[in-house]
Amino acid sequence: MSKSYLANHVKELQPSGIRKFFDLASQMENVISLGVGEPDFVTPWNVIEASYHSLEQGYTAYTANAGLFELREEISKYLQDTFSISYNPEDQLLVTVGASQAIDLALRAIVDAGDEVIVVEPCFVSYSPAISLAGGVPVSVSATADNEFKVTPEQIEAAITPRTKAIVLCSPNNPTGAVLSKQELYGIAQVVRKHDLIVLSDEIYAELAYDEAATSIASVDGMKERTILISGFSKSFAMTGWRLGYAAGPVAIMQAMTKIHQYTMMCAPTMAQHGALEALRHGNESVREMKTSYRQRRNFVVKALNEMGLSCHLPGGAFYVFPSIKETGYTSEEFAQKLLEEERVAVVPGHVFGESGEGYIRCSYATSIKQLDEAMKRMDRFIKQNSKM
Amino acid sequence: MEQKEIELLKLLEKNGRMDNDTISKMLDVAPVEVEEMIKKLEKEHAILGYSTLVDWSTVYEYEGVAALIDVKVTPVRGVGFDKIASRIYRFPEVKAVYLMSGSYDLSVSVEGKTMMEVSRFVSDKLSTLDTVLSTTTHFILKKYKHDGIIFDEGDDDDKRIMVTP
Repeated sequence: MSKSYLANHVKELQPSGIRKFFDLASQMENVISLGVGEPDFVTPWNVIEASYHSLEQGYTAYTANAGLFELREEISKYLQDTFSISYNPEDQLLVTVGASQAIDLALRAIVDAGDEVIVVEPCFVSYSPAISLAGGVPVSVSATADNEFKVTPEQIEAAITPRTKAIVLCSPNNPTGAVLSKQELYGIAQVVRKHDLIVLSDEIYAELAYDEAATSIASVDGMKERTILISGFSKSFAMTGWRLGYAAGPVAIMQAMTKIHQYTMMCAPTMAQHGALEALRHGNESVREMKTSYRQRRNFVVKALNEMGLSCHLPGGAFYVFPSIKETGYTSEEFAQKLLEEERVAVVPGHVFGESGEGYIRCSYATSIKQLDEAMKRMDRFIKQNSKM
Repeated sequence: MEQKEIELLKLLEKNGRMDNDTISKMLDVAPVEVEEMIKKLEKEHAILGYSTLVDWSTVYEYEGVAALIDVKVTPVRGVGFDKIASRIYRFPEVKAVYLMSGSYDLSVSVEGKTMMEVSRFVSDKLSTLDTVLSTTTHFILKKYKHDGIIFDEGDDDDKRIMVTP
């Protein structure tokens, strides 16, 4: 069988650089992983219990394509209460299989072949491949450390061409933890309006902002009609494995996304939707507790990293820190690999999140303080032994 | 009380052995401040002690039984339940005493080496107190969870895969 049956555009797609570290780390013993992009908490028990209950009651069939109406109502209420944006649960909300599916649907709904979509790097590894799979062309803009990994309106404007259709934003950010302030979002919104673009706003970490509450760009004047707000339950409610997210946006776009969803997915898992309903109705206290714990661990890790000589700003949200390793003289990849081999600590090299991530590593602090404490000790020893400073 | 003090109490309540350096980084205060906060909270009796939660069922040589006793009493004018409670909680075999709402008044937790020892405490010491009207003793058969900690579960049980985006 010499013929390759693979589609060309899939063949061209590069496998994620994260995979390599997963393979390496999983073969070793006694590894402390700071490479995990998900909460260390188990889903709150009341959410699990509500999902059990729905199964006991026999809720095992499909739901409406757009998701349980009750759940859409709760999401609408949540967005109203949190960001003061109103979305009609009838036709402006879609429940998806994780925020990842929402991103895919949004791109497929708006991108024509050859359309350019701006992504702000360092960013989540899926954006560019999802743009390519939708037939678009990803255009990178680099947020840099000197601006605390926040993109500026000027940088965005410089990347805009007549083919630009949309921009993907993620705040609070994976992998940098950067949170765009209201003021910064205003600036970006101006450029977006001026050039008549759409924003895909990935707000999956919105609940996890520690110093100031996160703002949604959809709440900026004139932006609701050109924003697809994407979020979900994975990070805030520790529900990654449930695969439940949602999108909210203008009617025409949401109808188009629902159409694709209807043909390719039918609906999000029913038992997960019942769990999510409970999470939104009675999950506040759990979120507050988890948030306090993340904030304390963020403070701990940032202090410890700076003390050992890895310069690291205090990120406003998510559960990642993104310290510079430039002074060690290693590339991100070398650093991560040596650290794993010598001290059995897994981190993710920054370059997998985009070129501007080179010289940095992503450390997730969604791990017990006991483990973090030990990881910081090991890293400190590693820095001392590998110091070229 | 300050927010940081409350956070400190919650951290220590979960892990009394957490070191000051770690706490200082987590709460973003100087290590010496942590020390001062702890001293202050000890002085104010917000912190009463530091103990270790032991699952004695894992210790083969250890013999012991525990019971919860519902006690009905006659409150005394002027001192209410406090006086009788103090008569009860001073016995070393009594580990906890709570004033309860509902059909009885005091809930008394007692530990002894054998059932006989606990029974004797109830019949000889507790029931014979002047204001005690009745007692109902419940022996504890198995401890599943105590002070927020599940007994059969390690804290390193991470079900996540090593590296994820």
